Amino acid sequence: MSAIPLRVMLRSAGLSRLWRDPRLVSLAVTILLFIGMSVAGGVLYDGFLRPQVFLNLFIDNGFLLVVAVGMTFVILTGGIDLSVGAVVAFSTVLLASLVQRHGWHPLPAIAVVLAVGTVFGALMGTLIQRYRMQPFVVTLAGMFLARGAATLVSVESIGITHPFHVGIAGMRIPLGGGASLSASAVVALLVVLAGVLLAGRTSFGRAVYAIGGNETSARLMGLPVDRVLVKVYALSGFCSALAGVLYTFYMLSGYSLHASGLELDAIAAVVIGGTLLAGGAGSVWGTMFGVLVLGLIQTLIVFDGTLSSWWTKIAIGVLLLAFCLLQRLLVRTSAAGGGGHG
Amino acid sequence: MQDMAADTSRPSILRRAFGHPLAWPLLALALLLVANCVFNPGFLALEWRDGRLYGNLVDIANRAAPLILVSLGMTLVIAVRGLDISVGAVLAIAATVAAWTITRMTAGGATGLGPLFAAIAAALAAATLCGLWNGLLVVKVGMQPIIATLILMVAGRGVAQLVSDGQILTIYYAPYAFLGGGFLLGLPFALFVVAAVFVVLKLLLDRTALGLFVRAIGHNPLAAHVAGVRARAITLSLYVFSGFCAGLAGLLVSSNVASADANNAGQLLELDAILAVALGGSALTGGRFSLAGSLVGALIIQALTTTIYAIGVPPQVNLVVKALLVLAVLLLQTPEFRARLRALVTRPLRGGA
Repeated sequence: MSAIPLRVMLRSAGLSRLWRDPRLVSLAVTILLFIGMSVAGGVLYDGFLRPQVFLNLFIDNGFLLVVAVGMTFVILTGGIDLSVGAVVAFSTVLLASLVQRHGWHPLPAIAVVLAVGTVFGALMGTLIQRYRMQPFVVTLAGMFLARGAATLVSVESIGITHPFHVGIAGMRIPLGGGASLSASAVVALLVVLAGVLLAGRTSFGRAVYAIGGNETSARLMGLPVDRVLVKVYALSGFCSALAGVLYTFYMLSGYSLHASGLELDAIAAVVIGGTLLAGGAGSVWGTMFGVLVLGLIQTLIVFDGTLSSWWTKIAIGVLLLAFCLLQRLLVRTSAAGGGGHG
Repeated sequence: MQDMAADTSRPSILRRAFGHPLAWPLLALALLLVANCVFNPGFLALEWRDGRLYGNLVDIANRAAPLILVSLGMTLVIAVRGLDISVGAVLAIAATVAAWTITRMTAGGATGLGPLFAAIAAALAAATLCGLWNGLLVVKVGMQPIIATLILMVAGRGVAQLVSDGQILTIYYAPYAFLGGGFLLGLPFALFVVAAVFVVLKLLLDRTALGLFVRAIGHNPLAAHVAGVRARAITLSLYVFSGFCAGLAGLLVSSNVASADANNAGQLLELDAILAVALGGSALTGGRFSLAGSLVGALIIQALTTTIYAIGVPPQVNLVVKALLVLAVLLLQTPEFRARLRALVTRPLRGGA
């Protein structure tokens, strides 16, 4: 439950320390994997190692990054949120409907969407916290509810043509050398930064780690466990709604079938990023690398051109398995050797 | 004393009936069917035509058959504190493997019933293997069930697409249609499959110590292990069984629509199955389970879907209704909510008296 791994990593100069901490090993493996895949891509395919290819990872996966940051906090408390993909879809439909069918300006519409997502998450959190219901069941029901609500708003896909929205969607922020980032990617990066600060520098973040480590202990320490749990799900709901907004910039449409299976990608990214599924250990930085690894798989498959799209699913499944096995191994060795260190 | 006994004799029967764990699910199912009768007076009518039984009730049962099978497997996995969210993907794998086998064999010139049995065997073998994989990850590796099965849920659809080469496989082979669309003794064949699985399972769990062991593991895995129950072997075999059930369901589904869609077959099935288990009165935390309850739960879900179509509400309401239903049922299962509800009910009563 210590501070963010990056800080620990900077402080501990030697590799020996690094190998003793399971959280850092997992993160290190992810980063090495990312570098290794990039190098392999560079060797195999022409034009792979251009800056824009890597910036595109943020542009194409901005919404996933935002969802995964929210998911990181939920998993850190030892919970899970299966409703994120559905909330993203609902947010895109609600936003598109408000802008196109009710003549709203996108800005107030975005505010409403974010508020709705946050309240939805908070409600699920209340059910989980107050009635001791299992997170996966409550968020599973939330997933049904959000997808259903999205189809109730509109069955068909709604294209967004508002000039303000289209303008932001087409905006590119040049970074020199012909490389550029989209506005959505910048927002996603800001969310990552906010997530890192929230997890490492605030009492909220410390409470999240403490609850994941041991909820009873956290309660006995006098931490506001109940409030934090509700807030964590509200945060995940907010992130999902924000991701939905980013999705509309990416796709310029709202559709109830958008972002299907996104919850699985988000969970995979969090796990690959080194956050323990049992909660209590992990980092937002790691999650970012998890998302990047997933994006890189997709990019490699696109660059190859001969592999079919379903190989993405198989590759993600295999990676998820490998990292789960790694986690088991690390937890086991640290429990055997470290004794009380948690 | 005597008049008191006379007074309580009626309520005690009622109370005993409502005390039965199946009472509430059955009541819900009955209410749904009665509600349908209000909109369509001939809803419950059954008709014997050309040696077959027709009617909405048969239709509901027939359509619910795949979900019932999956729910039975899910019930037992949940009973030992597990979860299997890969059932939809396993169903898709079984369906595509069956379709692939038939396509290959009929293209090779095979006729008769050979391809049918080969397809059934291949599909069930693939599905059982998937179940074994889940079970090994949970029991041997020690992963959380939701994550262990999540892996197959993600990768499984990829594997299914790999088998079908990304296409929707259409089955041009008449005998295969019998599984999901055929009639035996006037009833859909799928119902016989369900009945067979249910009866075998019921006998296994009630007539041997297996049922007791499953409950013991669900209530306290460690205590069960210490008491000499082979908890790991039983848990493993229940995951295998869940995979097998999903495979059977895959056969029924693909046979019914004469095609296998790797991407969409069994989509969201895991949610329906968990909902059926919850509606049937099994505890999602393990230990307490009811196979008959899950069967009724699956029927409720199908009856609900049929009702929503029948009364002309847009079908997309279905998802919302299901979600609210599962939340309501789960809330009623939690002790905290019951206590609050009881306080609400009893307080005004006391004030009135």
